[in-house]
Amino acid sequence: MAVLLLGEVTDGQLSVDSTAKALTAAKMLGDVTVLCAGAHASAAAAEAAKLDGVKKVLCAEDPSLGHRLAEPTAALIVSLAGDYSHIVAPATTDAKNVLPRVAALLDVMVISDVSGVVDADTFERPIYAGNAIQTVKSSDGKKVVSIRTATFDPAGQGGSAPVETISAAANPGLSEWVEDKVATSDRPELTSAGIVVSGGRGVGSQSDFALIEKLADKLGAAVGASRAAVDSGFAPNDWQVGQTGKVVAPQLYVAVGISGAIQHLAGMKDSKVIVAINKDEEAPIFQVADYGLVADLFTAVPELTEKL
Amino acid sequence: MKVLVPVKRVIDYNVKVRVKADGTGVDLANVKMSMNPFDEIAVEEAIRLKEKGAVEEIVVVSIGVKQAQETLRTALAMGADRAILIEAASDVHTDIEPLAVAKLLKAVVDAEQPGLVICGKQAIDNDMNATGQMLSALLGWSQATFISELSIDGDSATVTREVDGGLQTIKVKMPAIVTVDLRLNEPRYASLPNIMKAKKKPLEEKTAADYGVDVSPRLSVVKTVEPAGRKAGVKVGSVDELIAKLKDEAGVI
Ligand SMILES: Cc1cc2nc3c(=O)[nH]c(=O)nc-3n(C[C@H](O)[C@H](O)[C@H](O)COP(=O)(O)OP(=O)(O)OC[C@H]3O[C@@H](n4cnc5c(N)ncnc54)[C@H](O)[C@@H]3O)c2cc1C
Ligand SMILES: Nc1ncnc2c1ncn2[C@@H]1O[C@H](COP(=O)(O)O)[C@@H](O)[C@H]1O
Repeated sequence: MAVLLLGEVTDGQLSVDSTAKALTAAKMLGDVTVLCAGAHASAAAAEAAKLDGVKKVLCAEDPSLGHRLAEPTAALIVSLAGDYSHIVAPATTDAKNVLPRVAALLDVMVISDVSGVVDADTFERPIYAGNAIQTVKSSDGKKVVSIRTATFDPAGQGGSAPVETISAAANPGLSEWVEDKVATSDRPELTSAGIVVSGGRGVGSQSDFALIEKLADKLGAAVGASRAAVDSGFAPNDWQVGQTGKVVAPQLYVAVGISGAIQHLAGMKDSKVIVAINKDEEAPIFQVADYGLVADLFTAVPELTEKL
Repeated sequence: MKVLVPVKRVIDYNVKVRVKADGTGVDLANVKMSMNPFDEIAVEEAIRLKEKGAVEEIVVVSIGVKQAQETLRTALAMGADRAILIEAASDVHTDIEPLAVAKLLKAVVDAEQPGLVICGKQAIDNDMNATGQMLSALLGWSQATFISELSIDGDSATVTREVDGGLQTIKVKMPAIVTVDLRLNEPRYASLPNIMKAKKKPLEEKTAADYGVDVSPRLSVVKTVEPAGRKAGVKVGSVDELIAKLKDEAGVI
């Protein structure tokens, strides 16, 4: 079987972590070719070629592929699909934008957010905010699959796959990019960080979110947030952890002023160690926390930051 | 312009989900069902466009069991004008896959000719996040997913999308399919008088066969199980004790 893995390319750079995690799942399905597409993609293709177990890398550079707009990216993948039994990508917002479009053009179902590979046709995926795990068997000729990266270890380095340059498909010209508002930060990325410190509505304001950020910086951690904290404007949207935000599984997850709604738990309950700091001893977050501290966050968090 | 809003009937987001002991799925008998929360946001957006004069008519459509009528009535009570129910299943446990839903929606779009379709980003039951993108592919229309802002000017729309890195703004040609994220708006509640009025609004009943669409699933469910549980740990009495536990017992710092 042959697998086409869509590498996660943003502004010409390969996201090695998410691509390497999806590669681990893809390798269980067959020989993996990685596709790197973008306005600039050769540096990303060179990175992808070094991942362990990659058979070949396809590099497509074209202005139309610059911001991973769904229509030209899907058209490119569909033009290549004939050679592959599986089309796979890490379940990022980019891939969730593109893969269902690819699947519909191929008249197959997409299998989203796969957390386990049983065999080439059979996959496990969480449903109902992770309250159930469903095993599904696909009867489609081609499988289009996105991989929940939090559940797979990244493939290693050490490969030296050949890179082949290919051209883009015709751009349907339906949409154009206007701008990106991307916050740059020196902190580790949320989905690959070893430690995540998240704040919820209990933090109370955007300025008090600095307490969370200081603790995170002391721990070398990424910062996350609950939906309520994002909706209230305390934190940007890309920090949201949960059913409809990012899924994380760090070594240590610290939830501060977060009640523990199932939609939040869906994004973090596979963390190795969970710490909860909440003033309400009945808060549901304590039912999943390894270590719970019933305390006012405005005294406990500064004290913790200080003593670490 | 006419707007089409697909709304799905799903388990209420507050209900504790129970996996059936025989592994065949999630128990949906006698549990509270509601409109998918993202679809409430989609309906709200359509109503706001109508209030601004950018839209003349809002058609809502739901695909599934007969009981999805209730979901459509809710949308009508919020302010949609007309509803279409496409009956495609008789058992409440049958979930129609996004590909089949998209094919039925394409048939509705062909018949109704809307200028815009507003979908939810994801249904909170199957968590697929696929239908809008699939419909867009089948129609050959532009797509803008996970949007938190929408402004329509003539033959194009400018949207802001919530993406992993932050926010992305793109311009799409109309007609377009958009899928809405949580922060686009806050949906209104239907008032009692509007709930009464909604009972008189038109609700057309169709079947999947009327559109000639085969809804048989491509993915067969082998089994459904509860996730590995996580048991509550211990409460610590102080910050010092927490640090000690993290260092010595868990070894994570
Ligand atoms: C369709 C849908 C999708 C959703 N997706 C997500 C998602 O992806 N991610 C997500 O997080 N949520 C999501 N939600 C929202 C979710 O249901 C909850 O509303 C949300 O997680 C609550 O956030 P919170 O815990 O910060 O706020 P709250 O529930 O209000 O909890 C605040 C907590 O802070 C504590 N607190 C207050 N003051 C202090 C203090 N001084 N010291 C210590 N503790 C304090 C309180 O005791 C309380 O437990 C979704 C909801 C829906 C309907
Ligand atoms: N059975 C359905 N009836 C009506 N709309 C649906 C149905 N299934 C999905 N949708 C629409 O597609 C969106 C995404 O659903 P999904 O792709 O299943 O996650 C939903 O928010 C709805 O707008």
